[in-house]
Amino acid sequence: MITRLLVANRGEIARRVFRTCRTLGIATVAVYSDADADAPHVREADAAVRLPGTAPADTYLRADLLVAAARTAGADAVHPGYGFLSENAGFARAVTDAGLTWVGPPAAAIERMGSKVEAKRIMAEAGVPVLSELDSDAVTEADLPVLVKASAGGGGRGMRVVRSLDELAEQVDGARAEAESAFGDGTVFVEPYLATGRHIEVQVMCDAHGAVWAVGERECSIQRRHQKIVEESPSPLVERRPEMREELFDAARDAAKAIGYVGAGTVEFLADDSGRFYFLEMNTRLQVEHPVTECVTGLDLVGLQLGIAEGRPLPAGPPPSLGHAIEVRLYAENPAQDWRPHSGTLHRFEVPGVGAEFTIPLGTGIRLDSGVESGDVVSPHYDPMLAKVISVAPTRDVAARALASALTRARIHGVTTNRDLLVRILTHPAFLAGDTDTAFFDTHDLGTLATPLADDDAVRLSALAAALADAAANRAAARVQGRLPSGWRNVVAAPQRKRFTHGTAEHEVTYRLTRDGLTGQDGVDLVTATPDTVVLDVAGLRRRFDVAAYPGLSCVDSPLGSVALVPVGRFTDPAAQVAAGSLLAPMPGTVVRVAAAVGDEVRTGQPLLWLEAMKMQHQVNAPADGVLTELGVAAGDQVEVGRVLAVVSKEVP
Amino acid sequence: MTVLQSTVDTRSAEYGANREAMLAKLAEIDAEHAKAVAGGGEKYVDRHRSRGKLLVRERIELLLDPDSPFLELSPLAAWGSDYRVGASVVTGIGVVEGVECLICGSDPTVKGGASNPWTAKKSFRAADIAAQNGLPTINLVESGGADLPTQKEIFIPGGRIFRDLTRASAARTPTVALVFGNSTAGGAYLPGMSDYVVMVKERAKVFLGGPPLVKMATGEESDDESLGGAEMHARTSGLADYLAADEQDAIRIGRRIVARLNWRKQGPAPDEDYAEPRYDPEDLLGIVPTDLKTPFDPREVIARIVDGSDFDEFKPLYGTSLVTGWARVHGYPVGVLANARGVLFSEESQKAAQFIQLANQIDTPLLFLHNTTGYMVGKEYEQGGIIKHGAMMINAVSNSRVPHLSILMGASYGAGHYGMCGRAYDPRFLFAWPSAKSAVMGPQQLAGVLSIVARQAAAGRGQDYSEEHDAAMRAMVENQIEAESLPIFLSGMLYDDGIIDPRDTRTVLGLCLSTIHNGPISGAGGFGVFRM
Repeated sequence: MITRLLVANRGEIARRVFRTCRTLGIATVAVYSDADADAPHVREADAAVRLPGTAPADTYLRADLLVAAARTAGADAVHPGYGFLSENAGFARAVTDAGLTWVGPPAAAIERMGSKVEAKRIMAEAGVPVLSELDSDAVTEADLPVLVKASAGGGGRGMRVVRSLDELAEQVDGARAEAESAFGDGTVFVEPYLATGRHIEVQVMCDAHGAVWAVGERECSIQRRHQKIVEESPSPLVERRPEMREELFDAARDAAKAIGYVGAGTVEFLADDSGRFYFLEMNTRLQVEHPVTECVTGLDLVGLQLGIAEGRPLPAGPPPSLGHAIEVRLYAENPAQDWRPHSGTLHRFEVPGVGAEFTIPLGTGIRLDSGVESGDVVSPHYDPMLAKVISVAPTRDVAARALASALTRARIHGVTTNRDLLVRILTHPAFLAGDTDTAFFDTHDLGTLATPLADDDAVRLSALAAALADAAANRAAARVQGRLPSGWRNVVAAPQRKRFTHGTAEHEVTYRLTRDGLTGQDGVDLVTATPDTVVLDVAGLRRRFDVAAYPGLSCVDSPLGSVALVPVGRFTDPAAQVAAGSLLAPMPGTVVRVAAAVGDEVRTGQPLLWLEAMKMQHQVNAPADGVLTELGVAAGDQVEVGRVLAVVSKEVP
Repeated sequence: MTVLQSTVDTRSAEYGANREAMLAKLAEIDAEHAKAVAGGGEKYVDRHRSRGKLLVRERIELLLDPDSPFLELSPLAAWGSDYRVGASVVTGIGVVEGVECLICGSDPTVKGGASNPWTAKKSFRAADIAAQNGLPTINLVESGGADLPTQKEIFIPGGRIFRDLTRASAARTPTVALVFGNSTAGGAYLPGMSDYVVMVKERAKVFLGGPPLVKMATGEESDDESLGGAEMHARTSGLADYLAADEQDAIRIGRRIVARLNWRKQGPAPDEDYAEPRYDPEDLLGIVPTDLKTPFDPREVIARIVDGSDFDEFKPLYGTSLVTGWARVHGYPVGVLANARGVLFSEESQKAAQFIQLANQIDTPLLFLHNTTGYMVGKEYEQGGIIKHGAMMINAVSNSRVPHLSILMGASYGAGHYGMCGRAYDPRFLFAWPSAKSAVMGPQQLAGVLSIVARQAAAGRGQDYSEEHDAAMRAMVENQIEAESLPIFLSGMLYDDGIIDPRDTRTVLGLCLSTIHNGPISGAGGFGVFRM
């Protein structure tokens, strides 16, 4: 029996496992990198062990340190979560060799499925439909497009779509390099690319006594960069073609049996609208999207994992699925800027109407599995997923509506997120009709879907609300004359002015508060204003704006959409000015390569250096033709956001 | 808690007429204020802006804490004179980095910001306010110096400006000069006498004599920058403590200077938790009758300006033409003296003298609400000692050491103006409502007195007295006195600190009381309170 469990992971999945541990009476041990020292998963564990450093390779990917941590903390079992070492057979073996219980499938099963090339062969032998593998040297024009995948890959990394033959070799090399660095295995393979497939997967659960469950299917077709962002159960496609379900379940069970699988796993398929499907891969771990299965089946999948690891048989089942659950992954990223990840202080993170956290809400409701809490710092070192928000309801449309509403009303301050995109997906007619496939963003135009919910009018009103809330805050904080009327003048000259930037646009708000109310804003009257809440009467409609001000940031939430405004100071300190032509770090990260030197003549768009952040490389280009006059960084330097990296002077001396 | 009751009927015809009349007067005042705001007019404003400069009121807006109030002082100075309304300078009390400061900015759109005699008077008054209330001073300098044709009225008394600056410094009330442009000749002593000097690069010009004068005096060839440029003063002469890159930078530096003054107000802090009046200040528009012959109950005013309409009346049954009592305004305790039925008799005078002594005993500021036609005349009253009793009141007012605030609501005639702490009695602040009138006596009475005296003189000389001539003389005198007792005229003369909207009275008083509390609040001592 497990008495003390170490979770070799971070963020929401660590918290998810801890939640079940608390229910079952198992003591919890967290591990943390230096960047995570104050993270919620550390705060709520019974004990926590430091993994010195921040890079995953120094911390969460160090099997030796993790095993040592389990020993130090007196843990008798290890749960790997997902990602990191969850599908690393070596780690599984190290855990068992240390005499600890491994909460996961046997190392051999991980190994066999870990190689996608090998997995496809086994599946084909077991009669599971697979996509034929292509020889990368023999790919012809007729085979295009093709997909290059890392054999050891996962989470979209090491995966590239190739649409023309001349780029194939380069992409294979790129995928190989990425796979080598991410997984330590550079094996890649090529298969036909189904541009409009639907991603359908079956949750399997196998005990050590021969029981093999197929516990409902999930559809996760809406993906960005091959990473799922909306997941649901049951699958709309399977609901439309119910005959598919047993075929899928049979294939999934066959797959599990073919490798003698034990534990929780997921068999992934690519399906088309006609109902044909092909084996993609098997994930030998708990999936990110497991909550949707829990919410429709009532199961605690982590609880079952622990039971299986303890050698217990699965209970009678599997239970049937009831209702519909949809999960969205809330990322700190900007979909409109090529999904650029964002980091920083998450000043506030509040999702309204949450019925349960890390567990199943009673009846219709919202479940929140979050790795962060208000005030946490989102670090640039790891995956930028903040939380999963799951909606469960008797029907799909109601679940989507409730989820869209909860997201719209969520108060997320400090980092840019994909929230508005998620709301636009959940309210899109095609999504509501169940017409989801992996090309959803191409079909429905990502640009349109990534448009913020707040339109120009909403931004204008939000800026006004931010200004009025700031005025109220100024009055409340005044050391003298605090209760005299705001901005009172006996001789009227100029109105009060406040400026904000929203994206690249600047908004100037001018207003005067008089005994007759707000003046200078046509058609808008002020009902009440406090530092936190502003109620405006807009053409006869009362609208409430919730405002939160942080240093250098003012966040306005309303049913019109959330708006993040950056107050523009009244003054500029000449000493704080940066020279024209300066290139600033767009995010914190590490300089990985510098391609120019001081004195070089550079041309517009010429790459000068590369910055690595959030596991991605960002190219910094010359903004104009000119000469590189300053270069403040070298390869290997850590830079903070806003740091001057280089200066390009337009005049050629 | 003693809450005043109100009997104002806002639906009555009389109230409506009073209100209409007050709004009409307010519109006139607003129009005059707008003239002051317009500065030198569109042409000069445009020219100033085209040089990339901010207007004086824009400089002040940027200097003030966002959303804080600003009380402009003497905005109608020079009204009725040959000079622009406002006297080419803006003075006022504003909050900078949480510190109440006296702000004084020349308006360069009016004759290059040159000082005329009214500019000097307005600046003197501002300096007095800074000195009496212990306020730091911030000068926004851009002035061509004295308006030379009027030099005889400015040159000799004008030296006070520099004396006041250095005395303010000695009194530990810091002085800051932000120099945006010309500050030459005598004007050079504005930064010269200030504690902190900020000059705007390529804009500030500070020298005793410019290139032509230097050439004439010594034959030396020179230029503006070497004689008085900001860079030169910041790097060479050391007159400038800070070199600002531009106007907004100068204001930014000015705010940082004030932020580092470690300013502590010396007066007691106000109550934080207080109630607004129970009655709508809007009603104040309809309380003062259009004809000042009709008295009104000042308790209706008090009920609309003091915290919670809470007022404890002192000696309510004695000398009932004067209401005295205790209240708070924006958390500050005040003693109130308000004329009820215009006339001050012996009882009212003695009551006032006693009440003023009580306020001094407990260090409580006094608020005078004027609506008086003066001390009672007549045989009975003279024989009853009205002069002696009036003298007690004037004595008490004169020698009281607690701060005084005066509001001219209606009439303020004769020695009553003195007893109620008129301008000559140095109230810390004195504001008038548009309905106010102030003169030695009412226009009709004055014309009548002149008529009687003229008639007696004619009779004495055995001449006929022309009734036609008398009527014309009376009409002329009445018109003249009426015009000269109006607040706009008196405000132009600097006899008040401004005309305020009655609805703003509470705000103005709160701001003034807060300002006053920068200095210590301490009453006169020496004797016990004389019962009267």
